Parts: sequence; C-alpha cells; structure tokens
Amino acid sequence: MVIELRDIVKKYFIGAPNELTVLKGMTLDIEEGTFVAIVGQSGSGKSTLMNILGALDRPTEGEYHLDGVDVGQLPDSELSRIRNQKIGFVFQTFNLIPRITALSNVELPMFYKGIGKRERKERAKELLALVEMEDRMAHMPNELSGGQKQRVAIARALANDPAIILADEPTGALDTQTGNLVMDIFMRVNRQEKKTVILITHNEVLAQKTDRVVTIQDGMIISDTGMKGVLA
Amino acid sequence: MIWENIGLAFQSLKSNKMRALLTMLGIIIGIMSIIGIMTIGDALTASVSGSLSSLGTNNITLSVQERGTQSNGFGPPGMGGDRGSSSGKTPESDDLITDQMIADLTETFGGLVTGVSISYSAGSAKAQDGDLYANITISGVNANYGVANNVTQLSGSFIAESDVENKSQSAVVSDKFVKSMFPNNENPIGQTVKVYKTRSIELYTIIGVYQYEQQGFGGSTASEKDMSTTFYIPVTTAKQDLLEKNYNTITVIGSVSSDVDDLTNQLQRHFDRLYANNEDWQVSVSNMSSMLDTVQSTLSTISMAIAFIAGISLLVGGIGVMNIMLVSVTERTKEIGTRKALGAQNFHIQLQFVMEAVMVSAIGGIIGLILGIGVGALVSSILGAPLVISAVTTIGSVLFAMAIGVVFGLYPAKKAAKMDPIDALRYE
Repeated sequence: MVIELRDIVKKYFIGAPNELTVLKGMTLDIEEGTFVAIVGQSGSGKSTLMNILGALDRPTEGEYHLDGVDVGQLPDSELSRIRNQKIGFVFQTFNLIPRITALSNVELPMFYKGIGKRERKERAKELLALVEMEDRMAHMPNELSGGQKQRVAIARALANDPAIILADEPTGALDTQTGNLVMDIFMRVNRQEKKTVILITHNEVLAQKTDRVVTIQDGMIISDTGMKGVLA
Repeated sequence: MIWENIGLAFQSLKSNKMRALLTMLGIIIGIMSIIGIMTIGDALTASVSGSLSSLGTNNITLSVQERGTQSNGFGPPGMGGDRGSSSGKTPESDDLITDQMIADLTETFGGLVTGVSISYSAGSAKAQDGDLYANITISGVNANYGVANNVTQLSGSFIAESDVENKSQSAVVSDKFVKSMFPNNENPIGQTVKVYKTRSIELYTIIGVYQYEQQGFGGSTASEKDMSTTFYIPVTTAKQDLLEKNYNTITVIGSVSSDVDDLTNQLQRHFDRLYANNEDWQVSVSNMSSMLDTVQSTLSTISMAIAFIAGISLLVGGIGVMNIMLVSVTERTKEIGTRKALGAQNFHIQLQFVMEAVMVSAIGGIIGLILGIGVGALVSSILGAPLVISAVTTIGSVLFAMAIGVVFGLYPAKKAAKMDPIDALRYE
C-alpha cells in the first residue's frame, strides 16, 4: 500500500467551545500504481483530505502512512521533505512560478532537493519531453496556453520521482478538449511511469476514467468502487 | 545555492525594473552622499595638509593666548598682530612677546634655532599711480620671514636685516601687483610707489618681487584685478607709527638638524617659565605637525558629522527596501505557497527574499558609490584639491549597503518563510 489512512479525524477550532469536525474518522488504503479519483461536493472535506494526503497539514487524530513513512505528526521541516520527495502536486491554477522558464519550473523540486544544476537540467528536459513540451522549455509561463502550463506542471510534479501524484482539479481551469488531453497525460503517467495518481475532483465524468472512484460526503467515505482497473 | 539564489533575485528584480530602481533610489542617495562627503573631506584634508606642509615643517609657532582657552594651533603662522582671542579679551602690551624675549630665545637655544620670523599686519591699503592701482595688505616682516614661509622670490631680494635695522621704506611686492602697477613690462625694481593708507600717504621703493600663491582653497569673491596681495615692508617700518611694539605671534625656524617636536617642547617650557607669573596669558607653542594633526582631525570630525547625517538617508533607504519587500512578499504569497508545496524549506524561502533585498541594496550601493565618487571628483576639481579615493570607503560602503539589505530584508523574509502553505496556496 502506498497510502494508508486510519481513522483520520480533522477538527478545526474556531474559537472554544466551537469546533468544526471536517473529517470524521476516514480510513482509506491506496495501492501503488492505481489511478484513484476522490470525488465530492464542495464542503465535503475533499480539500482537507487533499491537504493531509499532500503533507501540507496534519490530522487531528488517526494515522497516515505514506510510502512506509508515518507522516502523522512530523515537524514542518520533515513535512517539507516529504512533499519534496514523495509527493508531486498538480494544481487547478497550474501554479507555475511566473518569472522563470518552463524548464526552471520543472527544475524547482530538484533544486530544493539539492540536486546539481547539470543533472537537474537533464532530468527536466526528459520530463518535458515526456509531456511533449520539450520545444517550449525556454518559454515563460505567460507565453504558454492553459493546457501547456498544466503539462509543464505535471512534468514538475514528476521531477523527484515521487510516490504519488496529487492532482487537485487539474482540468478545472481548462476547456473540455484540453482537459481530456491533460487526462490522457495523467493516464500515461499512471500506465507508463507506474505512478500512483490521486485525482481530486467534483467532475463525475472525469472520475469515471480512473481505476477507482472514492466518493466522500460530510467528511466520510460514502462509496468506493474498489479496484476496477486492476480487476478488469 | 547562493549563486542560484542570486540569479533568482536578479530575475525577480528584472521583472519589475521600475520598482527596483525606485527602491534603490534611497540607498543610491544615501551612499552617494556619504561617499561624496568622504571624498570631498579627504580631498580637503590632502589639500590643506599639502599647503600647510609647504609652509615648512621646521617652523614652530609661538602665540600669546589667554589661559584656559583651548589651544588649537590653527591658522598659518605669520599672521601676527591678530589680537583676537576666543574670549574677546585683548592682551596688554606687557603680556606680549618682546624683542628682548626674542633676543634671549635666540641666545638660549643657539644652534637649535636658525632664526625667528616676525610678521606684523599693518592693515590694508591701496597703491595708486594715476589710473593704475593695486589693493594691498601691508605686512611688516623681518628677514627670516621669507625663509620660514617659503616665499618664492622672482626678482630682486627679500627684506634684509639691514632694511629692518634702518627702518627703510623698501617693499617686496607680488607679481600680481607688478602686473597692475606696471602694465608696460617696466622693471619694477627700484621704482617708487605711492601707498594710500587711511590716514597717510607713504612712499616705498620696490626692492623685490615674489610669486603670488593662492592661499588654501576656494576663490576670493574679489575680481582678479581687485584682489589684495601682501605688500612686505620691514617690520620696524611698519611699527614706527604704532604704539604697540611687541608681538602676539612669532615663528621660530628650527635648524635642519634639530628635532622639531623636542624643540617645541623646550620652547614651551621656556615660555611657561617666562609667563609663570602672568595670570591671564600664556604662550602656546605648536609646530606644523601638530597643526596638521589639528586640521586633519577637525576636518575629519566635520566629515564624520555630515556623513552621519547622510547615514540617516541610508536608514530611510533601508526602510524603503523593507517596505517594498513586504509588498513583494504579499504579492507573491501564492508563489511562496507553491514553493512550499514543492518542498521548499523555510530557510529556502527566507534566503530567497533576503537575497533579493541584498541585491537591491548592493546594486543601489554600487550606483551610489559611482555617483558619490563623481560628485567628489567634481567638487575636488572645483576646489583644486586632489581626488583621493580610499579602498576602505569604497568596499566598506558597498558592504554597508548589503548589510542594510540583510537587516531590512530579514523581517519580510521571515514573514514569507513562516507562511502556512495551505493559506498561501489559497491566496488569490
């Protein structure tokens, strides 16, 4: 299992005695190499779940093992390291750093890992080739279309060969056609690179393209289609 | 890591050139003022030192001063007759240096002293011959004056001991004076000029011409033609219609072999004994090197004071850097969130922003330095002083500017580093 969540509870204290329980004891296992969609309406707790999965936040209660590491209550600096080396983020709004080239954007996670410039550049070029963006590597983000930006972002997410790719509404800011192209890249990353991809979305149609759909509502899992892709 | 952060900082500055320039402006002005002032100060010191040491390093100045007042030893020697003292009190005739004292001094110190230079200011006057005129400052001197003050003789001779003894009506005039009074290239030596004083008209025979040298720095407000030059006459001649026969200031010329500082101390002790019973006055003895020290320390104190004021503008510049960095951090909240999501540690973020502040300050510092040297060079050339650029000030000022970047960039950078990644990512 690449991800093991055990009875995860997340509470927000919004001034005593009020507290808001967003995740109410969530247990979820994700096997390596699967393409999972986590679906839920806004307010269902899916963003909170994503923050915990992405080691951006700590659960109030419960255990979270990521790739064999107990991520539960690590200090900030360790969480940064986990994010850097075990997680690849893809955001709805691409989040490319505006003043640096596509290539430099892809290099960024490797820069924070402490990899040398030459090696970084080489790997970044390979990754951009994987998402068919090698001819645009010297471009600034504002010279790229939405779809192109997202492809660069996917290349960046793959930079440190992470255990999971965590994509938060990656097609949300794209038109259907471009969105499908981006989905195809995720498919390819999942099949060819054997990466575990977790897609967080409220789009049911998109979710159906994945191996497994986990639906959450009010901080609880209400349905889980299981290992459809693996079984088929 | 550092180098890549410098590159990153450059890119960030390049993307917002106008803002970066305006931010730098405070630092530029601050460093420019400091460097400019320091350069001008150094140039002045060099210039004053140069002109003072040209007056002779073996000269020892003795002047009557009121007890209790600070001896600053400032002012070129040979300005005798200047009775002004800091408290406004005037020494009585008995308090002044007498001819007898000078004679005793020469006898006591014998081989250590080459001579005693005396000068006595006898006021301003005008030499006139028909339409031709020249403004003069009459100075009664003895023969040693020319030696002590390095008067450059162009023709004829300087006032001689015999002129002093005979109270002769001879005069040594400047080349400027000759140009004004004898425009037709006549030989001035032996000519008689009419000098119009406030109450009398006197006749003097020119026995020599010296080269006029502009004293110190800065131009006179008088036009070239109206500029007053010194008109040397025998001191005895100058004093014959004055009641006061004693001297406020004399200059002792140490012999080449004597130790000037040692002689200065001996003279001081000698006069301390002579003036032991004088309750109000004493003789202050100083030599060129102590005068040089005084001048240099006075000038450097002044430059330091002005530089300190200029330093305040640097402080304001630093606050400007901090202000813009705070804006920049807020603007780039989402970027900070993204970087943190990609695995940036807090120190990565902090270093990035500090480096940016340091770059702004350093570039501003370098521009300020260049402009400051430019200002210094301009002012030095106007003053006719040599341009002195010290390596310490140059490197120091750029380092100081960088330090300002660190100090004022630290708070915004810490603020950026401490951001919660979730909040930062959500920021629009």
